[in-house]
Amino acid sequence: MAKRNNRCLSEMKPGERFRIEKVAIPDAVLRRRLLDLGFVPGGEVEVGQRSPLGDPTAYYVCGTTIALRKEESNYIYGEKIGHD
Amino acid sequence: MINATYTIALMGNPNTGKSTLFNVLTGLRQHTGNWPGKTVTHAEGEFVYRGIAYRIVDLPGTYSLYSNSADEEVARDFLLFERPNITIVVVDATALERNLNLVLQVLEMTDRVIVAINLIDEAKKKGIRINTKKLATKLGVPVVPMSARNKEGIDELLKTVDAFVHGQLHPTPIAVPYSVEIEQSIAKLLPLVKEIVGDDYPARWVALRLLDGDTSLLSALNQQPPRLTKEEAPYACCGSVKSV
Amino acid sequence: MHVADRSNLFDRLMEEAQSLAPADTREQIVTAIFQTSAALCRETVTNAPKAAKDHTLQIDRIVTSRRWGFVIMLAMLAAVLYMTIAGANVLSESLAHLFGWVEQYLTLLFQAVHAPHWLYGLLVLGLYRGTAWVVSVMLPPMAIFFPVFALLENYGYLPRVAFNLDRLFKKAGAHGKQALTMAMGFGCNAAAVISTRIIESPRERTLAILTNSFVPCNGRWPTLILLSSLFMAAGYTGSWNTLVTAAVVVAMVLFGIIVTLTVSWVLSKTALRGIPTHYTLELPPYRRPKIAETVIRATLDKTWYVLKRAVTVAAPAGVITWVLGNVPIGDTTALSAFAGWLDPFAKTIGLDGYILMAFLLGLPANEIVLPVLLMGYLSAGALTEIDSLHSLKHIFLAHGWTWLTALNMMLFSLLHYPCGTTLVNIYKETKSTKWTFVAFALPTAIAVAVTFTTARLARWLGLV
Repeated sequence: MAKRNNRCLSEMKPGERFRIEKVAIPDAVLRRRLLDLGFVPGGEVEVGQRSPLGDPTAYYVCGTTIALRKEESNYIYGEKIGHD
Repeated sequence: MINATYTIALMGNPNTGKSTLFNVLTGLRQHTGNWPGKTVTHAEGEFVYRGIAYRIVDLPGTYSLYSNSADEEVARDFLLFERPNITIVVVDATALERNLNLVLQVLEMTDRVIVAINLIDEAKKKGIRINTKKLATKLGVPVVPMSARNKEGIDELLKTVDAFVHGQLHPTPIAVPYSVEIEQSIAKLLPLVKEIVGDDYPARWVALRLLDGDTSLLSALNQQPPRLTKEEAPYACCGSVKSV
Repeated sequence: MHVADRSNLFDRLMEEAQSLAPADTREQIVTAIFQTSAALCRETVTNAPKAAKDHTLQIDRIVTSRRWGFVIMLAMLAAVLYMTIAGANVLSESLAHLFGWVEQYLTLLFQAVHAPHWLYGLLVLGLYRGTAWVVSVMLPPMAIFFPVFALLENYGYLPRVAFNLDRLFKKAGAHGKQALTMAMGFGCNAAAVISTRIIESPRERTLAILTNSFVPCNGRWPTLILLSSLFMAAGYTGSWNTLVTAAVVVAMVLFGIIVTLTVSWVLSKTALRGIPTHYTLELPPYRRPKIAETVIRATLDKTWYVLKRAVTVAAPAGVITWVLGNVPIGDTTALSAFAGWLDPFAKTIGLDGYILMAFLLGLPANEIVLPVLLMGYLSAGALTEIDSLHSLKHIFLAHGWTWLTALNMMLFSLLHYPCGTTLVNIYKETKSTKWTFVAFALPTAIAVAVTFTTARLARWLGLV
């Protein structure tokens, strides 16, 4: 297991791509909601723009744009993918 | 008021144009807007096509039927207990992948489904091409491309509805293959589900929901009086409910 | 019991299921479904190369950017209001002319048939004028504001507003989607209260319900616009007048938002304590609305709505006000006695007895506040023929109005209790007398406190 790449989604910068390994949100309802929206293990996310006040951030997932606050993206773990 | 013979449920992710389609079909003026969640209550209307009256219900937009929210529960319970004759799942052609999730979930509950691929014009503009014939074959239910706001594809959709109620279509819905672990558990649970819940509900789907720990489903089933016998079932007239 | 049997069986079923279920069932299920969808898409969808980055991304890069996000929101609000005010000025003036012209003939008609004086008063001065005023003051702004707003809504701009403002709502302990329910409040607070259902957490939903009336609804826009144009922008003419009017109304809206955030913050630290719940916000792609269709539909809908309200609410209110204003009690009338009784308190908050009375009688619908006020003033003697909006200003001035009176009436209108329909909906949605009472009392207290402060301040600084 390549643990060294394990980072959370909130650390990613706009424009970077990310592959999800684990959605570890304690709140069960929200975890389910995120899974339904496409934040699934193995799924790919592209980081979009941050809100003018720094948070939330827009993410492109499954052809749609979903905004998440840091409180949520902090709990989504995975690895950065693609070229730098 | 027309005495509607068939009930159609409109389902779909939020903001896919369900309300627009609803307005086109019924001639009503349900408020529409480009933001998720604006249909907070479900709307009902009627229309007549080729001499047959339909009641159409615009359900709240949902991402899934896993009952994470009140909206999803409304949509799920409608499919389960009202048993619409046809469920039209409206999907956004520009985000097909996520939208198909809901289609797959609906197909686990009922096979009387038409997939309406809306916003096909937007998709074209973005360079997205969808092979709807192939998709229909894969899903095992009719797929109709359309643009509700340009009133394109509506006739095709209505023809499909008509064919459905006349028993000319024979859906063979795709089943999502789950992991070995889950499939084994489903197999073990199925006999018990059939024994306790009965044949009136989609057993494989109920088993899945139970494995997922969906207690709200059980309490909904529990509150529901035992189903009417086949002869009394409200939509069993015209022999179209199970005989297709 | 049969039911109990069923329950037991269901419990057994659930236990059985849970003993079979792997720990990460949900992940496994959802992942399987997603993999199936993805596989289906791979087989049936082809993307034109490089066409994927569409205009939605480019627009979002600007309208949600650090530099332009807030500037554009403000500019949009100002532009919408500017258009509304500029257009409404012209339309209101023509409508007022038209109604004045018709009134002459009505008067002739009543004289011709020798109708008794009280009947003429009741039907023409009460019923007709009340209705005519509601229509000419209320209809034009509504018939312009809502089509423009509907275009923005159908285009998909509202979720971006929610995205931009999210941080502020989070800081205030409120739900990010409250921005969406507030946008609905611009149309109608009563409808917006129902739209708070999109907020699932009861705590945040209550916050959104309690503060919704701080965004001006369609019954209050015209009051704000009219008073702002007559008093705040009085020193300017032409398009400068429109610009200043719009600026004042924008300031009012911003003040409403600040009050909303402040009240939400205080409540979330006290009576509705708790941390903001998690949520996700989808930013749908921009879609070019069907412009003609949207505009026509919104205009017709709003026109019909205003006319309906004029007949069902404003007309009866006009009659009642006229009766109260003309039934003598001793050497005065019921209306002026009531207004006189309210006057001392009203004066301390920079209003007068008639204004406060109009707000009280306007509880059923905010649209009738202004007509009731006018009826009150007119029945009490200063019977000017009204045929233009500027004659309105003379009526106000004749009753001792200053810019402070206008400002405080605007503030009171912005901040006071929600209308009757909204309160009924609040009760239906919260199913709580307590919260319904709070929804009434809290804004009222704030309205009184703010107007009291401005009145004190203005007098102390010698501005009035």
